[in-house]
Amino acid sequence: MMNPKLRYRLVKSKSVEWIIVLFAFLITVPLIAIIFFVLKTGISKISWHFFTNIPKPVGEAGGGIANALVGSLLIVLVAALIAVPIGILCGIYLSENKDSKLASYSRLAVDVLQGTPSIVTGIVIYFWLVKPLGTFSAVSGSVALAIMMLPIVIRSTEETLKLLPSSLKEAGLALGLPYHKVILRVVVPCGFSGILSGVMLSVARIAGETAPLLFTAFGNPYISTNVLKPMQSLPLLIFNYATSPYEEWHDLAWGASLILLIWVLLLNITTKLITRKWKVQL
Amino acid sequence: MKPIKGFSLKKVRAESAFKRTLVIMALVMIVIAAGIFLTLLVQSLPSIKALGGHYLSGKTWDPVSDIYGALPFLLGTLLTSFLALLISIPFSYAIAIYLGEYNPKGWLSGFLKNIVELVAAVPSVIYGFWALVVLVPMVRAIETKVGAAPYGVGILTASLVLAIMIIPYAASLGRELIRLVPSSLKEGAYSLGATRYEVLKNVTLPYTKSGLFAGLLLSLGRALGETMAVTMVIGNTNILPTSIFSPSNTMASVIANEFTEADRTVYLSALIELGLVLFLVTVVINLVGRMIIKRFTNE
Repeated sequence: MMNPKLRYRLVKSKSVEWIIVLFAFLITVPLIAIIFFVLKTGISKISWHFFTNIPKPVGEAGGGIANALVGSLLIVLVAALIAVPIGILCGIYLSENKDSKLASYSRLAVDVLQGTPSIVTGIVIYFWLVKPLGTFSAVSGSVALAIMMLPIVIRSTEETLKLLPSSLKEAGLALGLPYHKVILRVVVPCGFSGILSGVMLSVARIAGETAPLLFTAFGNPYISTNVLKPMQSLPLLIFNYATSPYEEWHDLAWGASLILLIWVLLLNITTKLITRKWKVQL
Repeated sequence: MKPIKGFSLKKVRAESAFKRTLVIMALVMIVIAAGIFLTLLVQSLPSIKALGGHYLSGKTWDPVSDIYGALPFLLGTLLTSFLALLISIPFSYAIAIYLGEYNPKGWLSGFLKNIVELVAAVPSVIYGFWALVVLVPMVRAIETKVGAAPYGVGILTASLVLAIMIIPYAASLGRELIRLVPSSLKEGAYSLGATRYEVLKNVTLPYTKSGLFAGLLLSLGRALGETMAVTMVIGNTNILPTSIFSPSNTMASVIANEFTEADRTVYLSALIELGLVLFLVTVVINLVGRMIIKRFTNE
């Protein structure tokens, strides 16, 4: 016969455990609901036509999101071209000069950038680029997104390089290689997979960003490849059309949501596979 | 004198140029961060000068009559963010405890971890669209039942969708921190006959208290700055909220809605001042959170 007090304690412990399991797994409900809902509503809107055409004016059914697809790819590509080299070089500096004063201020600045709300980045880029250039432009959107990518790229580069044994670097230096070659040809390739997954994660993070593009890339109903002019992007199109009162535009927004969701989730899953294959810890 | 083999001025130059580039990149971060602050400050000067302290305490925001009081947005932001945080706490702590303490390995926890990461990955505009179509009718049904005005959009709806979006931040950080609890402490408690719940309550949670609090701070920072999903479901009403069912506006959603329409200097500047306040608050919350975590993990 079990002591009733002990029994009470064991029952309590078990029930708390079950409550925690229940609450923990409830997070799957909204995720599955969202994926299911976007899939269900979006899939019927997607056709070949959807990828190759631009949106029709209000009142006409059909039309596609070609302008947003081209725009999103271009804006994200330019953002990555800006953020990746700067981010990796800054990450190298921070891992090479751990204790310098500049490094600690720079790290603080990276923390500040990480905490900056994306809408605020949009405002600032409006004053840095849109106003001086006199027009909304895709490149200003890219710069805003690049600023959001930087903290992730820098962090993952710094953390990856810190984990590499210093013997690698010493071996290179002992062979008489100049410093920049040791870093670029020995250290960075060794940490390549960690840096790559950081870069991909940052791209996944910004691919769905809308707020910083509102006052920079602005949107464009036509296909445009001129980075100095306004450009449409998938998240912008979804926001504008989802909040419009027109049924045809909602259809386009659902189709675009599905494409964007698939794109972002694929980027995340690929990053995960890379991380697992090379066993990097982020 | 014979030059040393393999040594050349060119190489030395390349080396110092590389080092200089690295230093410049580190400086660039400082310039960007400081530049963001200074730009916001300079651009909001007209509004600070014209409106002064009334700006933060004013209850009316009416750009047509040139009246700019930010109190409705401050209140709207605080209400949505804290309500979202409150809703998210049981879920994020449950995930952190499950993944960190109850079941750190095994396929089921791997599955849950992936789910949490995907929740963080879904773009906020898709959360907003989904909430607009699915959550708004649900909230409207609740409002009809409790006798509130059935707007559907408003603080509660925004908090619900925000809560889902911020769960991953506190959860994954909490998991890392709970794993740092030394197993000797837990084993000691178990050997004294403590149950799993008692170990959790008396050892793990007190040990990770400060870290879990920091996780909440980071989630809060996230919630304060979140724009798109909130803008789509909060109702965009510039009046002081009276209950959690009221349609309202947050600082971020006002900026998103009105920035491109602001045609006068003071109007634009008043919006940027909102951005400045938002920036300062989120940055301070983030830095404090990070500081606590750094101290916690170094111990």
